Amino acid sequence: MSAREAILRRIRSATLGPDGRSAGERAGDEQRKAGVRARLETAPRGVIPARGQLPRAERVALFEEMASAASATIARLSSYEEVAAEVSNYLRERNLPAAIRMGEDGRLARVPWAREKTLDVRKGPSEGTDLVGVSHAFAAIAETGSVVLHSGADNPTTLNFLPEHHVVIVDADAIAGDMESVWSALRNETDRENLAGGRSAGGGQDAAKMPRTVNVITGPSRSGDIEQTILLGAHGPRALHLIIVDT
Amino acid sequence: MELSSHKFKEQAGRALGNAQLQKALLNVEKGFVAKRQLAVDALPEFDALRDNARDIKNHVLAHLDLYLEAYEKKVVASGGVVHWAETAEDARRIVLEICRKANARTVTKGKSMITEEIALNDHLTANGIEPVETDLGEYIIQLRGEHPSHIIAPAVHLNKSQVEGDFRRVHTHLREDRDLSEPVSLLGEARDVLRQRYLSADVGITGANFLVAETGSSVIVTNEGNGDLTQTLGKVHIVMASIEKIVPTLEDTAQILRVLARSATGQDMSVYTTFSTGPRRADDPDGPEEYHVVLLDNGRSSMLGTEYQDMLRCIRCGACMNHCPVYHAVGGHAYGSVYPGPMGAVLTPSLNGIEKTGQLPNASTFCGRCESVCPMRIPLPKMMRHWREREFERHLTPAAQRYGLKFWAFFARRPRLYRAAVAVAMPILARFGGSKRRFSHLPLAGGWTRHRDLPAPEGKTFVQQWQQRGHRRSEVAQ
Ligand code: SF4
Repeated sequence: MSAREAILRRIRSATLGPDGRSAGERAGDEQRKAGVRARLETAPRGVIPARGQLPRAERVALFEEMASAASATIARLSSYEEVAAEVSNYLRERNLPAAIRMGEDGRLARVPWAREKTLDVRKGPSEGTDLVGVSHAFAAIAETGSVVLHSGADNPTTLNFLPEHHVVIVDADAIAGDMESVWSALRNETDRENLAGGRSAGGGQDAAKMPRTVNVITGPSRSGDIEQTILLGAHGPRALHLIIVDT
Repeated sequence: MELSSHKFKEQAGRALGNAQLQKALLNVEKGFVAKRQLAVDALPEFDALRDNARDIKNHVLAHLDLYLEAYEKKVVASGGVVHWAETAEDARRIVLEICRKANARTVTKGKSMITEEIALNDHLTANGIEPVETDLGEYIIQLRGEHPSHIIAPAVHLNKSQVEGDFRRVHTHLREDRDLSEPVSLLGEARDVLRQRYLSADVGITGANFLVAETGSSVIVTNEGNGDLTQTLGKVHIVMASIEKIVPTLEDTAQILRVLARSATGQDMSVYTTFSTGPRRADDPDGPEEYHVVLLDNGRSSMLGTEYQDMLRCIRCGACMNHCPVYHAVGGHAYGSVYPGPMGAVLTPSLNGIEKTGQLPNASTFCGRCESVCPMRIPLPKMMRHWREREFERHLTPAAQRYGLKFWAFFARRPRLYRAAVAVAMPILARFGGSKRRFSHLPLAGGWTRHRDLPAPEGKTFVQQWQQRGHRRSEVAQ
């Protein structure tokens, strides 16, 4: 018997029914299976805290508040036109070289990087030498001040972790109240309506559609492992700068 | 690690005499408890979320076979490989085989208690593969050849000058006159040293906080980002996870995440919560080429259907030890097992057998704080009592009466433990002294309080404890 069979058999015999036969043989087993199928397909939402269930403007404000509490810094702009200048500014203020690395994400291409004449924009995954990575968030969560990024052809995961500074562009429209709404949106990537708290019909994430990596990031990296003193800048970025674009 | 739980009393005695350790342990009592309370108070739905988290896991445990099969299917569909391991030995063998196939010389590791449970590092080292712990706390204790003393703060028993000593001893390639007097410089040095290790490692091993059946994803929750670098930069990502880590859906994961970080560190969310599904896709610019999950049983399936089944809901947040007066007094190493504190006192006998770990369920005062803070509502004191009864049946324990008195003496001799001891010793006396009298009338307690100041109770929870204990006393004294 394989290890798999042995483990599954032990689990099944532990769920012995009152009739003494293993759950696998009982008529009730169909019911068990149906219960599991239903849960996987409908993906019911549980308790959603009231904190994030707000109208748009207040939701964006809560996101700012929670992200700041997690030690992220925030800039709020009204168009993509302003993003390149904001990034240049960020670099200048911190005496960083005028160089960034980013993925090929189409949303980043909307930014007029060329206007920043001295800014060196490199593309592709990081190999550990970049000081600043720039990404575009898939979504954000007001309840906790988190940004949600996922991997894909144009979005290297290394950019989220190797650079010292991580700059993330967030569309105000993509700021959801809660994590559950982000999962709905991910199931139906183009359906931004979901972020406002709606829910696409039927859950059941297709594994093929789940990106290799989904990063939910709340503030810059930190450690409290030495004498329980929380220090920013452990192995991931020392600083997280969020640029909210509210058009 | 070698189990030495049967020596709990000696080890506890030594811990109590260790002034440096006692100082370090104050960080647990002061830091974690207050931070958790703040986070909990700020979320009115916290208790409703605890109920739901408990229900989700109970549902999973009642359908674990089906969810494991569903999960496996999704992992395979996303290009990953699932390996089933009945024992620690099986898991070690599987991991070594994967590493050998990848021609691995060094392996980076994210924090994983399961790899401690199966003693993976020793096995890899013995076979010529160097494991490198990357969580700062784990890295420090690896340098010292120690084991974690806390499930989420492995180096909580150390102070910064001990860490400085270790870094100077091991990082000999760095300038001797560098300043390492502050935690921030120690952190910076670890960051630089480990950066190279991530980039040159062949295989990255992480644990998993959750396995999502719906998507076949493994989830890690960290603050440092070390787990993400570990699993993104290696050619091969191995996830070590035990079978009870399953949750049905992404929504269910979101529910339990809300109680996890708050209970652990008092954060609303940890910094990095990462969902990994299979290896890198054809057009992904980075990520591991192979993705393996090792599903470990190691005694867990035998807990199903027993009075210890509820323990399988545990999400390893550490709140029970953070609030345990015995843990506060003696720290994690005294338990002599991989898992310390109340959760360890229940889990270790389940995994290793009560005959080897008999003293652990006694490493408790039955004050009930662990259960009152456990986000998964695990009835830890009740299960410890079950183990004590079993142990008693096997005649492995000294007479209950004698034990009660010994326990009292153990705390009474240590004035620093006064506050904890008074709070916790009363039910013990009531139980083992067979007394039905109110504890304020117990002669020992009177003598004790006459000669010492009673520190003011700290905060609401403490007061609640006293009230709750009032109810529990009648039950305990039966
Ligand atoms: S038993 Fe409860 S409190 Fe203790 S680690 Fe597990 S989940 Fe956390």
